[in-house]
Amino acid sequence: MSSSATDPRLAGAGPPKRPLRLSWSDERVRGIVWQVLVVGIVLFIGWWLWSNTVHNLEVRRIATGFGFLDREAGLPIGESLIPYEPTDTYLTALTVGVLNTLKVAIIGIVLATILGTVVGIARLSKNWLLSKIAGFYVEVIRDLPLLLQLLFWYTILQALPGPRQAINPIEGVFLSNRGMKLPFIEWTAAHWWALLAMVAGIGLTVLYARVMRARQYADGQPRKVWPAAIALILGLPLAVWAAFGAPFTPDIPALRGFNFRGGITVSPEFFALLIGLVTYTAGFIAEVVRAGILSVSQGQWEAAEALGMRRGEILRKIVMPQALRVIIPPLTSNYLNLTKNSSLAVAIGYQDIVSIANTTLNQTGQAIEGIAIIMLVYLTISLSISLFMNWYNSKIALVER
Amino acid sequence: MGETMEAPVASAMRTDAPPAIRLEGVNKWFGALHVLRDINMTVATGERVVVCGPSGSGKSTMIRCINRLEQHQEGRIVVDNIELSDDLRSLDAIRREVGMVFQSFNLFPHLTVLENCTLAPIWVRRMPKKEAEALAMEYLERVRIPEQAAKYPGQLSGGQQQRVAIARALCMKPKIMLFDEPTSALDPEMIKEVLDTMVMLAGTGMTMICVTHEMGFARQVADRVVFMDRGEIVESGEPEAIFSNPQTDRLKLFLSQILRGH
Amino acid sequence: MSDIAAGGVPAPAPGAASRRAPIITTGPVAWVRANLFNNWLSTAVTLLLAYLIVRWTLGFIDWAFVNAVWSVPIVNGQAQTAACREIKGVGACWAVVTEKHRFILFGTYPFDEHWRPALVCLLFVALYVVSAMRRFWSWVLVPIWIGTLTLIGVLMWGGILGLTYVPQERWGGLPITLILATFGLAFAFPLAVLVALGRRSRLPAIKMLCILYVELIRGVPLISLLFMASVMFPLFLPEGMNIDKLLRAQVAMILFAAAYLAEVVRGGLQALPKGQYEAADALGLSYWQKTGFIILPQALRLVIPPLVNTFIGFFKDTSLVLIIGIFDLLTAGKTAIVEPAWQGFGVEVYVTIGVIYLVFCFAMSKYSQDLERDLNAHRRR
Repeated sequence: MSSSATDPRLAGAGPPKRPLRLSWSDERVRGIVWQVLVVGIVLFIGWWLWSNTVHNLEVRRIATGFGFLDREAGLPIGESLIPYEPTDTYLTALTVGVLNTLKVAIIGIVLATILGTVVGIARLSKNWLLSKIAGFYVEVIRDLPLLLQLLFWYTILQALPGPRQAINPIEGVFLSNRGMKLPFIEWTAAHWWALLAMVAGIGLTVLYARVMRARQYADGQPRKVWPAAIALILGLPLAVWAAFGAPFTPDIPALRGFNFRGGITVSPEFFALLIGLVTYTAGFIAEVVRAGILSVSQGQWEAAEALGMRRGEILRKIVMPQALRVIIPPLTSNYLNLTKNSSLAVAIGYQDIVSIANTTLNQTGQAIEGIAIIMLVYLTISLSISLFMNWYNSKIALVER
Repeated sequence: MGETMEAPVASAMRTDAPPAIRLEGVNKWFGALHVLRDINMTVATGERVVVCGPSGSGKSTMIRCINRLEQHQEGRIVVDNIELSDDLRSLDAIRREVGMVFQSFNLFPHLTVLENCTLAPIWVRRMPKKEAEALAMEYLERVRIPEQAAKYPGQLSGGQQQRVAIARALCMKPKIMLFDEPTSALDPEMIKEVLDTMVMLAGTGMTMICVTHEMGFARQVADRVVFMDRGEIVESGEPEAIFSNPQTDRLKLFLSQILRGH
Repeated sequence: MSDIAAGGVPAPAPGAASRRAPIITTGPVAWVRANLFNNWLSTAVTLLLAYLIVRWTLGFIDWAFVNAVWSVPIVNGQAQTAACREIKGVGACWAVVTEKHRFILFGTYPFDEHWRPALVCLLFVALYVVSAMRRFWSWVLVPIWIGTLTLIGVLMWGGILGLTYVPQERWGGLPITLILATFGLAFAFPLAVLVALGRRSRLPAIKMLCILYVELIRGVPLISLLFMASVMFPLFLPEGMNIDKLLRAQVAMILFAAAYLAEVVRGGLQALPKGQYEAADALGLSYWQKTGFIILPQALRLVIPPLVNTFIGFFKDTSLVLIIGIFDLLTAGKTAIVEPAWQGFGVEVYVTIGVIYLVFCFAMSKYSQDLERDLNAHRRR
């Protein structure tokens, strides 16, 4: 623990370098030989596979390179976040696929986190019935293959009646074998501005909460943040919306002939994939959350209680910050798993990146490029999530001796 | 530890004031196990009580009942003229007045030493941050580790951690301090630094209940020693009387074991 | 330090009577009150859940048993499913399972030889049970595995011992799932151990290679590896050389499983106290002696529960071969309902297959939990 600047132990220039002896009894020589051997074998296998591939490609007259990306795709895509026609290029088609993957992954992650947290906390509930049911759910859902669950949900959704006999649980909502129809409003510029105002409101709320915290630190008196938060997050967008003349034209789906008009559609493929991914991943997240909360020792609760803190405060200031450290790493890998599992979409016909790349490689015959694209997309997603999470994790890591 | 008898600390006990803590006919069960049996005890303001007894005798449970970390099922507990009840307001009031130090420190590992000390004053006592920090530094100086304020608990030794825990409890300016075997988890060379801190605290006239086996400490500061066994108070009296003239076989047996252990 | 209760059990002391706890704190009434009706919120949750459970259970019983159709008449080899179509939505058509269970379990394996894949499934289960028993945890397992797997190969292929030859293209159903999972693990596990050791090696090139392998595989979905095996792998091989599809998928599964298992094993290697490594070094053991005698036996024991969890995940993941058209249990089920007569009865088939997977996975996860408890109890002492 001595940190004196004149410590004589720090003065030297390090140990002298040992000369390398060319002998099998020198550890470093052994190390180098082993490495050369292993790397050599790997390189040889790689070269062998590569030369075979080049030869096969020549013999079979398969084109190489990514030139096909500029060609017309000609493949129809059911749902797309950006405008797309079959006459667009493969590149556009693949972009649509990536966006579809991200769409289901992001919505799935949000919903799975909510459901998983609820189930995880329910498992710790003092209510015996609730905790048993949560435990049953977790056990069963994790023991069934996801693909089986996806096929199951898809079958159920397909077995729904046709549009003419669609199930109509609430006014404006229709469930049929064409998917789910939801009412919406005609989206105008005013709505975009209102949305923007809400984002700004959230930002302002964070700022406001900080200022209020600083004031509390100054005079000790706690201040209520929630009235201002409601005003900023809900009031501000409403005001902006009203300032634009409060445009509101409901767009309610209605049966016209053999199909629906209006409203927004959730396709059965997307719906089945989402239900499957969310319920499956939530089972795993529930276990992560439960373990995280259990990892904070009872002593922490007691110490905070003995200091006179309220339960809510203890949870926010003492228990959650510690539980999060335990929760974050496995939660990250569950997010990654959900994203990778969304590739099972191909089995039920939701057009994600795997599905579209698969069609592409069947049409062009360029298997290597097609699979390379799939892998590249997922590696990019995986790498960015884990880089972010590693950074976050190191930021909140506990300092120990 | 305390083989050489140190100077006893003068008592600040006030018998004229109302008692700080009163337990009347307190009973508690864990399932079917009767862990506290008809406990009656009064602690005067400024009095320093040492509770000893074999493990499993209910000492910890008793002092944990005083700030309601455990709930008793029969009897009354009155702390600082407030009766413990299911009413959350009375609980809040009592916990503000009663500080506690645990065997396993229970410092918050994600907060620095200073933040550990200022958390409750800011959020429970509603103290301005600057004031809370000044107060915390004052108490950290009293326990002689102000230089560790910016460190995290994980970076400190056990003895230092326990002294931080004492400072953390003191920062709430409690009227009563409870110590639940504060030195049991420590290495021998660290026990002394924590005991010294507690002796220092005893000198300030604080009402203290301390569960410990440190007999030297009991001799030096205790106004009264309470011996518990199997969930009941077996003997209680001045330290000298208890140690040199035990009345019951159970206390004699306990003392012989303790002394052999040292 | 102060264990004075010499007898251990705190017997009631003379002089003071130990009373029974008041009835409000013990007994079944108290239990129900504390665990089901603790406060108004808890009471509401209990009542709501009880209502839902009763309703759904009754609904399920109606669907699965009361209104269900268990068999349908066959006319000219065509199943007459009119009865099933009538009750669609209110009752289950288990007839599809009655009719198709041999196909779902064994695929297109010659009908008269079905005893062979059935025996193979039993052999697999026996192999799992033996491997799960702790008294067999030694080198004995290696010959047992080699012997059983060889026997399984003989039974499936035939061609010797008077068994008729069955080409691999006709295999299907449960045996394929078990083969993929078991052979996959048998090869992935040793590879995983090597990679895990490599990742902790002091030799930078070997370390880099192992990291690259693990992170690349874990970064991409299994499907992309399976696609690679099915459409890209043929390009890798010299002309004329061909490997059948099942084997290619098996290789992809092995590479996939090994990367995940390697991370689990690495966790065990890291959790082992440094003192164990130092003690082995101090005894003058070589690297491989140290690893084989000291490090691995302990490190693997540490990570048995997560290993079993990885096994479960891998067992479920074998179902993904459906996407590249290999005839495992799930594919067989999906194919069984392609026939026009049975179209629309997927739920019944998937529920049946789900039960099969559930039995296997639940057994494994229960085993893993028990094992974890045992090992922890042992360690806590």
